[in-house]
Amino acid sequence: MTLIDLANPTKFLSLTARVLPWLAGATAILLLIGCYQSAMAPDDYQQGATVKIMFIHVPNAWLSMFVWGVMSLAALGTLVWRHPLADVAAKAAAPIGAAFTFLALVTGSLWGRPMWGTYWEWDARLTSVLILFLMYLGLIALWRAVDDPSRAARAAAILTLVGAINLPIIKFSVDWWNTLHQPASVMRLGGPSLDRAFLIPLLVMAVAFSLLFVTLHLAAMRNEILRRRVRALQMMQASQQAA
Amino acid sequence: MSLGPYASFIVTSYALVTGVVLILIVWIAIDYRRQKERLRDLEASGVVRRSGRSAADI
Repeated sequence: MTLIDLANPTKFLSLTARVLPWLAGATAILLLIGCYQSAMAPDDYQQGATVKIMFIHVPNAWLSMFVWGVMSLAALGTLVWRHPLADVAAKAAAPIGAAFTFLALVTGSLWGRPMWGTYWEWDARLTSVLILFLMYLGLIALWRAVDDPSRAARAAAILTLVGAINLPIIKFSVDWWNTLHQPASVMRLGGPSLDRAFLIPLLVMAVAFSLLFVTLHLAAMRNEILRRRVRALQMMQASQQAA
Repeated sequence: MSLGPYASFIVTSYALVTGVVLILIVWIAIDYRRQKERLRDLEASGVVRRSGRSAADI
């Protein structure tokens, strides 16, 4: 099967059916390993055991931006190449991205309360991630508001690409503005500043959550293709009844 | 393993992530079953794809 074959929804569904069980299994195993390593990680000399929140907060925060990046590529696929699965990919990713962003915000708040003394601060990093969350909700609302998927696709693709401006703002907000949030400690020039005892569980959890996203995304794309088939058959039924 | 004085924050974080991930998994699984059922119902009522293949078959 070549890459171009995946443009065919039927072939995509067939590939998904074969790949999903393996992906789900690999995700479950990696999540178990990651959780075990997180539980066994030592306390931080300043933060104590609350450093364990990092192992779930950071992967969710990374994915909140990564998913929007995936949706932006899909938006280009919709607008430029009119790829039949591009809009399906974007629409299926949005609720999953919204969930990861919600988790990044809430786990961040729960980490912030004991460390910063507050659940929330209107600083650049927190506010820009909240805006990302609201943009996810806006996109989901847009797709739900328009019945015809092809009409909704174009508007959603444009909104997604406009929203991508927020990604570098989130990433560099800790450098551009004074903020309570710590600066980057993994993806930074000069390499990670984290000790291996924290870095390895964090990377395992990041890979596990990324696999979780791929698994859920493929499954949600499969559902979306089926939903569009239902719609097409319902329209055929309506036209047969009208004739 | 002692979680110290902030154990409730740590446990709540992990419980919340577990809960939301489970909700996502269940929601996607239910949605899959619902779409397959709708396709089967439509095909049972005599509506078929132009290709003649079953839409519910993967």
